[in-house]
Amino acid sequence: MSNAENKPVKKMMLILSKATLENVYACFILANGARMEGIESEIFFTFFGLEAIQKEKLKHLHVATVGNPAMHMPTMLGGLPGMEALATKMMKSEMEKLDIPPVDEFLEMLTASGSKLWGCKLAMDMFKVKESDLIDDIDGVLTVGDFYERAQGDGTHLLFI
Amino acid sequence: MNEKTLAGYCIRCNDQGYLTDLEQWNKEVASEIAQEEGISMTDKHWEVIDYLQDQCRKEVAITIRKVGKSGVVNIKEFYQLFPKGPLKTASKIAGIPKPVSCI
Repeated sequence: MSNAENKPVKKMMLILSKATLENVYACFILANGARMEGIESEIFFTFFGLEAIQKEKLKHLHVATVGNPAMHMPTMLGGLPGMEALATKMMKSEMEKLDIPPVDEFLEMLTASGSKLWGCKLAMDMFKVKESDLIDDIDGVLTVGDFYERAQGDGTHLLFI
Repeated sequence: MNEKTLAGYCIRCNDQGYLTDLEQWNKEVASEIAQEEGISMTDKHWEVIDYLQDQCRKEVAITIRKVGKSGVVNIKEFYQLFPKGPLKTASKIAGIPKPVSCI
């Protein structure tokens, strides 16, 4: 394929709708990875994804042990008290070995790298989340329309997580 | 394996332009690579290059996070110095292999 036909990715618009640790990390790694390649990136935190930018909650996110077949444990077992905490602890220690930062530090890294972080207005209204509940590094609160407007331009990709 | 003439030196590099032999690296070569990448080198740029080469010689896997904690630059400054993909660009100028980290 000639270069003229290549359409490089210029901007990643990620929508994070979940607060399970594996989804939050997938989103952050994609956003950070984009910046590392010189690609712009923005994250729209909606629904449960909002937990990842709430000061009081972001340090307490867990891996899902129930309803997650890749955990390779019986669902009943995954539901036992302490199971999520244990799985989360194990995952966090493995990630630290790979130099993957904890959620709060990862958010600082994203901001420092120029990623934009947005709260979803509707989800905030629904969950009664105030802007003061969010981390200080947040770039603002947007409607879906605002977010789409920011996605304009050639080479922009949207990804729902 | 490709060969490229940079600042009058014949340099071995891979098909993406990363030097394959750090021994062939010198500041003139680095400046020319930097110019190709649209960067004019300052003292701060050289400090980062020194740090990356040092880490490479110690065989430490380099990540953005480590650079940010190095005391040489923070992450924001790193992006300001090398705007189009800091780790990749800086590694290329430093004459070290392309980083394989996703972080």
